[in-house]
Amino acid sequence: MRNAPAPNHNGGFYQRDRAWHPPAFTPNYKTSVLRSPKHALLSLNNTLSEMTGPVFGHAMLGELDNDLIRNYATTGDAIGPRIIVHGRVLDEDGRPVPGALLEYWQANAGGRYRHKKESYLAAIDPNFGGCGRSITDEEGRYWFRTIKPGAYPWPNGVNDWRPAHIHFSIFGHAFAQRLITQMYFEGDPMIWQCPIVMGIPSKEAVETLIAALDREATIPMDTLAYKFDIVLRGRRSTMFENRMEGN
Amino acid sequence: MVQSLNRLKESPSQTAGPYVHIGTTPNFIGINSVYPDDLGLRPCPAEAKGERIIITGQIFDGSGAVLRDALVEIWQADAAGLYPGRGEYRGAADPNFPGWFRQPVDGVTGVYRFETIKPGQVPYVDGRKMAPHVTFWIVARGINIGLQTRLYFGDEQASNETDPLLARVELKTRVATLIAERGEENGVPCYKFDIHLQGDKETIFLDI
Ligand SMILES: [Fe+2]
Repeated sequence: MRNAPAPNHNGGFYQRDRAWHPPAFTPNYKTSVLRSPKHALLSLNNTLSEMTGPVFGHAMLGELDNDLIRNYATTGDAIGPRIIVHGRVLDEDGRPVPGALLEYWQANAGGRYRHKKESYLAAIDPNFGGCGRSITDEEGRYWFRTIKPGAYPWPNGVNDWRPAHIHFSIFGHAFAQRLITQMYFEGDPMIWQCPIVMGIPSKEAVETLIAALDREATIPMDTLAYKFDIVLRGRRSTMFENRMEGN
Repeated sequence: MVQSLNRLKESPSQTAGPYVHIGTTPNFIGINSVYPDDLGLRPCPAEAKGERIIITGQIFDGSGAVLRDALVEIWQADAAGLYPGRGEYRGAADPNFPGWFRQPVDGVTGVYRFETIKPGQVPYVDGRKMAPHVTFWIVARGINIGLQTRLYFGDEQASNETDPLLARVELKTRVATLIAERGEENGVPCYKFDIHLQGDKETIFLDI
């Protein structure tokens, strides 16, 4: 080998594109008004404190952790349209992120959450808890089975409704990649009427949160499927980079 | 036209919403039959090396009201300054110290409380030592993208004065928003770290 060492992707993470994410202050989403910092964020290169992160082993997972139709059920399957959600966790260079912990939560088919602060009159499903989790495999893949959540009203404007969605919390390989987001469903006109979604500056960015109906992944006569890929911050390579001792 | 770099964009953040507990700490809100316990809520093992400390505080909005629906995560080095988990290349951290904890704030008082150990020093990118610190990550309803900050320790004045991050703060009066003073709770050192999302005492948040 005559060249300098090949790129080794263990440098700092790419700067977060704050113009792509929703800003902190989105007045049409009223709760953000008093919960948004007004000062500029302090920008700093990643240090080890951000380039490291906790590891979650597959051993912690229970067999039904990724089956929301069954993981809370006592008298029968959860009620609602049966769906599989699957996809990959990738970084901004398109590389798979194996070993990523995904935690997901959602309302039931009627749009009701199992939570003491929830007051929507839609019925609780006694067989639906609403949470699940996965750890991505070597190719960055994850999959789970659930019911399609319903839309629900929320106190913001007098008549605001959330489009059907599933919340995702993602741990990648470093604390710098920590992310919470929401998945929406292809073809839902309510996506474009939601003050939370519309806090995202561009249509192009919103579209990356809309899962596609994936007919090839459906189980005939049984379960529909949606494909949802998640992208975490990419990482600089260390080719030609001055590195500190021992790095 | 030029060649495409073929990069993807990071998935846009969305708020954790009011029901973040269902997905992250279901046992805390009474969904007890799905997971055996809540990840990140396990106490710090007694075998973990280092000085045991408590970190506690509340989170305030721009009107001074306490948040009762926030979720707080912390990530920190062990007592020797080594990170458990991925990305640590300098050596093996204390196997009994998880480094990461997570907690919903109390639904009535808004108080969070971590029992952990005091971290050691970690090097900055240029090899200088950073002052001991704990990374905080806060999500809640109304927060569109997770807020990251750091807790520094009030009794580490000398190292705080040379810390590369604190040195970057232009308005020096704001440095105090990142420093938790040392107190005591039943003989255990206790650091109080309140977080202000907005207003005169707004905490310094990081883009890092
Ligand atoms: Fe929701």
